[in-house]
Amino acid sequence: MTDTEQEPSVELVQITKAFPGVVANDRIDLSIYAGEVQILLGENGAGKSTLIGILSGMVTPDSGEIIVGGETVSIRSPRDALNLGIGTVYQHSLLVPTLTIVDNMLLGTAKWFSIDRAAAVRRLDELSELLDVEIDPGAIVGQLSLGERQQVEIIRALWRGQRALILDEPTSMLTPQGVQALGAVLRRLAGQGIAIVFITHKLDEALDFGDRVTVLRRGRNVGELSPTAMTDGNISDLKGHIIELIFGSSESQHGDSTTERDHVPDEQEVCLRVEDVGLAGDGPRPLLEAISFEIRRGEIFGIAGIDGNGQKELAEVIAGQRRLDHGQIRLDDKPVHSLSVAARQDLGIRYVTDDRHGEGTVGPLSVALNTVLKRIGQRPFWRRGNIRHALIREFADSLISEHDVRTPHEQVPISTLSGGNMQKVVVGRELAMGPRVVVFNKPTYGLDVKTIKAVLARIVAQSRQGTAAILISTELNELISTCDRIAVMHRGRITGIIESKPGIETRLGELMTGAAVT
Amino acid sequence: MSDILSTVFLASLLSGGVITAVPLVFAGLGEAISERAGVLNVGLEGMMLSGAYVAFVVSLNFDSVWLGFFAGGLMGMIVSLLMVVFCVRLNTNQIVIGIAITLGAEGVTALLHNARYSDTYPRLPNAEVFDVPLVSKIPVFGDGLFSHHPSAYLAVGLVIGATWLMRSTGIGLSIKAAGDQPHALEAAGGDPRATRTLAVLIAGFLAGVGGAHIALVGAGLFVPAVTHGAGFIAIVLAMLARGHFSWIVAGAVLIGMSLSLTTALQLVGVDIPIDAVQMLPFLLILAVLFVFGRDSYLPAALALPYERDAH
Amino acid sequence: MTMLPSSSGVEADLEAIVPATESRLRKRVNTVLMAVLPVIAASVVGAVLLGALGRDPISFYANVIDHGLIGSLGRQESLIRMAPLLLIAAGLMIAFPAGIWNLGTDGQFVMAGVVVAAVGPELAPRTSGWVLFPILFAIGFAVGAAWSIVPAVMKAWFGMNEIITTLMTTFLGLSFSALLVKEYFDDPSTTVPQTKVLAVSDRLPKLFDTRVHVGLVVGLVAVLGVHYMMTRTAFGLRLRIVGMNPAAAQHAGMNMKALTLSIFLLSSGFAGLAAAVDIAGVQGVVRAEWNPSFGFTVIPLVFLARFHGPSVIAFIGAFAVLSIGGESASRKADLPNFFVLVLVALMLLFLAVSEYLQAKSAKAHMT
Repeated sequence: MTDTEQEPSVELVQITKAFPGVVANDRIDLSIYAGEVQILLGENGAGKSTLIGILSGMVTPDSGEIIVGGETVSIRSPRDALNLGIGTVYQHSLLVPTLTIVDNMLLGTAKWFSIDRAAAVRRLDELSELLDVEIDPGAIVGQLSLGERQQVEIIRALWRGQRALILDEPTSMLTPQGVQALGAVLRRLAGQGIAIVFITHKLDEALDFGDRVTVLRRGRNVGELSPTAMTDGNISDLKGHIIELIFGSSESQHGDSTTERDHVPDEQEVCLRVEDVGLAGDGPRPLLEAISFEIRRGEIFGIAGIDGNGQKELAEVIAGQRRLDHGQIRLDDKPVHSLSVAARQDLGIRYVTDDRHGEGTVGPLSVALNTVLKRIGQRPFWRRGNIRHALIREFADSLISEHDVRTPHEQVPISTLSGGNMQKVVVGRELAMGPRVVVFNKPTYGLDVKTIKAVLARIVAQSRQGTAAILISTELNELISTCDRIAVMHRGRITGIIESKPGIETRLGELMTGAAVT
Repeated sequence: MSDILSTVFLASLLSGGVITAVPLVFAGLGEAISERAGVLNVGLEGMMLSGAYVAFVVSLNFDSVWLGFFAGGLMGMIVSLLMVVFCVRLNTNQIVIGIAITLGAEGVTALLHNARYSDTYPRLPNAEVFDVPLVSKIPVFGDGLFSHHPSAYLAVGLVIGATWLMRSTGIGLSIKAAGDQPHALEAAGGDPRATRTLAVLIAGFLAGVGGAHIALVGAGLFVPAVTHGAGFIAIVLAMLARGHFSWIVAGAVLIGMSLSLTTALQLVGVDIPIDAVQMLPFLLILAVLFVFGRDSYLPAALALPYERDAH
Repeated sequence: MTMLPSSSGVEADLEAIVPATESRLRKRVNTVLMAVLPVIAASVVGAVLLGALGRDPISFYANVIDHGLIGSLGRQESLIRMAPLLLIAAGLMIAFPAGIWNLGTDGQFVMAGVVVAAVGPELAPRTSGWVLFPILFAIGFAVGAAWSIVPAVMKAWFGMNEIITTLMTTFLGLSFSALLVKEYFDDPSTTVPQTKVLAVSDRLPKLFDTRVHVGLVVGLVAVLGVHYMMTRTAFGLRLRIVGMNPAAAQHAGMNMKALTLSIFLLSSGFAGLAAAVDIAGVQGVVRAEWNPSFGFTVIPLVFLARFHGPSVIAFIGAFAVLSIGGESASRKADLPNFFVLVLVALMLLFLAVSEYLQAKSAKAHMT
């Protein structure tokens, strides 16, 4: 906590940046103070990423000033920012996985011919002490754990100077315990006088970690909670105030959803049985091991866990993109694990992928064709192998109106749609024509609040009609508020299945790290 | 058949193998650097051919082999500029450009050669051989490995130099980053496009030098398509080497020996049809690809991800 | 360009899309322009090159048109030349949109040609035309297809890059076919190593009164048929999706191995068929080291036509005129025939530029 009367370490004055069709930053003023953890809070699309892009040198503003240490500067490249001591840790790792930690640090600073590894190791030791972590300079980045990689990223950000550290959504891949550990590191760094900016869209994190909170909405700085306000105010007042700033009303964000859940009665029949499913991987560790659970009609079954613990593989084994090596999957007591994707589709097993750009849609193809992507060659859209455009168009149009997809026309390439609308198409197509069990893999990732609510509401509505859902997600709030039961996956196994009830967060956190196994 | 193991045969095999291998080493090294930086250079054959032609002309007119080498390298580099402009800067399809370069080079060099030399078909004097002191006296191996035009030793030297470059210099780090994670390089303050440009130009220069060797040392003349697929073989060598430059040398010598097998066999009176022997290197490559290429390091879409990259 | 999030939640850019009718005409004009401009640009540069070599570009191009298109003999030669090119193009129209770089068409072509040339004269006296030609076509197709099995399997099962493997099979094919002609299919009655000659009377029938054989029809049907397949059938759509987004294809449950194999076999089969048509229609014989390099020269044309059937026919027609006319014009101007290659290379380069410009303007119109 610091005295707000001091001079800001870094100041952004009237920063404006526009892209074709949208003004990402609209005359934003922002002051960042040394020794303080400032939270930049806002919805997806509020302009946070652009703003830090400007600070980090990846983006040049159209107008406005940047003042560092009292002097106006121009940051035209990442090198400029780093030289000013402004380091950024991005959401997606910017380390070269095939190089060692030391070599990653040398990137960009190294001269053409000579590199001084010894000096780099010394600096590495310095910084790792600053963070109070253990770092092996010769380790290859690709082999580090996510938490370790993030520490290396922080070190890289502070390499050339320790004026300011910016972190963009650093907790999205961490367990609750991991988040606490990060908080400790940040506190320590703030204590050393570094100015820290932490970007998030999660309200609780903002209040937990922040000394100061600035809210962005639609490209503008709409308000701030000063350190005094933060220490003096009580939590619920602060939350309410912030929510008002973010939404301009007292709408709640997706975590505290108002989607009412009727608990699924136990007498409902089991529709999907997963029995002792195993899947071998390339290395010694299996991708899936001894996975067993049952889902009843109309149930929403959650799967929590840190990304990369087998969730995606499980979805693919259920939907048919992968063949299991061991075990059985039964739909209404009929084995389906040997059937093709198309056959399982027909039986009602559907899969909404987490990767709508990479595998869920084909960008250059029209929206209409994307709606029938998994039904190519099938009646009624194809007759004896020949395409029937009119029927496809009809189907697409009805899907577009039912799911409120914003597109001028069903013939435009789907790549022109926003992420949210693309997701609506993907969800819509999987839910069309008699779904029985739908696997949703991180369906709300990267979407704006409205679309998130729409998607979750759709899942709940489907379940009321008897469709079972498997909801894979890293957003604990989402899982807790929508699911009947939540399973946790860790290293390819299910470490526990718990009913939704109070105290569930801690329990989930333990299961996610494998700290406790039921 | 004991003649097969005679010194004549072995010496000829080794010697011919090295001569054929040298251009493959030059071009393969260049391609390996380019690929490491993320650019698949399908136009390598065209660059070699251009280098071969210019080297031939320059050497003929100025009576200097080294000048010819340099000019060939320069020409290869100029041609690679096309690759730089279209693929690194404009992000157009690497394969189409590569084919265009190869076709264009084939056409232009044949055109020019015909325009000037179709009546005379001049040949170059035999390139001077340098016998490495002491070692070249060893029976068979001495003659085969250490009695060559200095450019052969230069090739090996370059391989060593390039290995050092990749491991211990800033350029090496940038190249690796540009190939594996260009975003990381940019965020660190580097420039992936500049790095890739450099890598492609180096590849062009080395390819040109390789082509020059074919014209100046290997064949001693220029005819249309004198490179006969060397550029494509070099691409394969680079892909298989996976960043271990020394493997390029080994592979090149193996291929070189299989290509020089005909001459060696004829020397000992074994008469196998040329065509059968000419198939050997390609069969060898396919076999090696089949056995070793399965490792997922060789991505199925080598050229494409790099070009879809925003850089 | 680098790190920024896609403008999620921003609907504004969609409103900027121009209403349907106006853009369709504009698009058509644009497409034609973008296709023709590279040709014009290349011709201009070609003219400069001709001037540099001391030849008169105007008379050169005039000779090209005169002999290739206007003169009836030359025109027929152009049409004859189109036949094998069209068939190879049909195969490439299947492979390239699916993202399979079949660069082995020359090897597939020559291998099939050699086998057909060897078998033809043996069968001809024993069978009638109606039986002979389908057999020869089938053999050509089969040999061509067989010549890409190894790259096909390596790609389908091991993800092995087909650029290299198909190139290797090209060189292998050229050498192996030469070997076959010299050692096994050699006609003992001639000094030059070549296959036995398929008598002129046994070759493909001609169209009407011309010297053009029916192979041209086969080629036209093939290109149009493949065009239909790629644009209107489920199979064609699958292939295009594999080319646009293999991950999505896998996700949608397509059988990647089967699809990959079919693509290779079909596209190289067509290359083999092209050879069968050429042998049975025109050549009647194969000399050792025969390699007209049709495959390599068709590749850029297929790109220039953006894999669109009617455009492919147009471009190949233009190229045939250029080749035949160019042969004569080159002789008259005392130049080797490689000049045509140069022109094609230039066209490709300019095509790349026009694609880039097109993509840039499309982005500007989007937003």
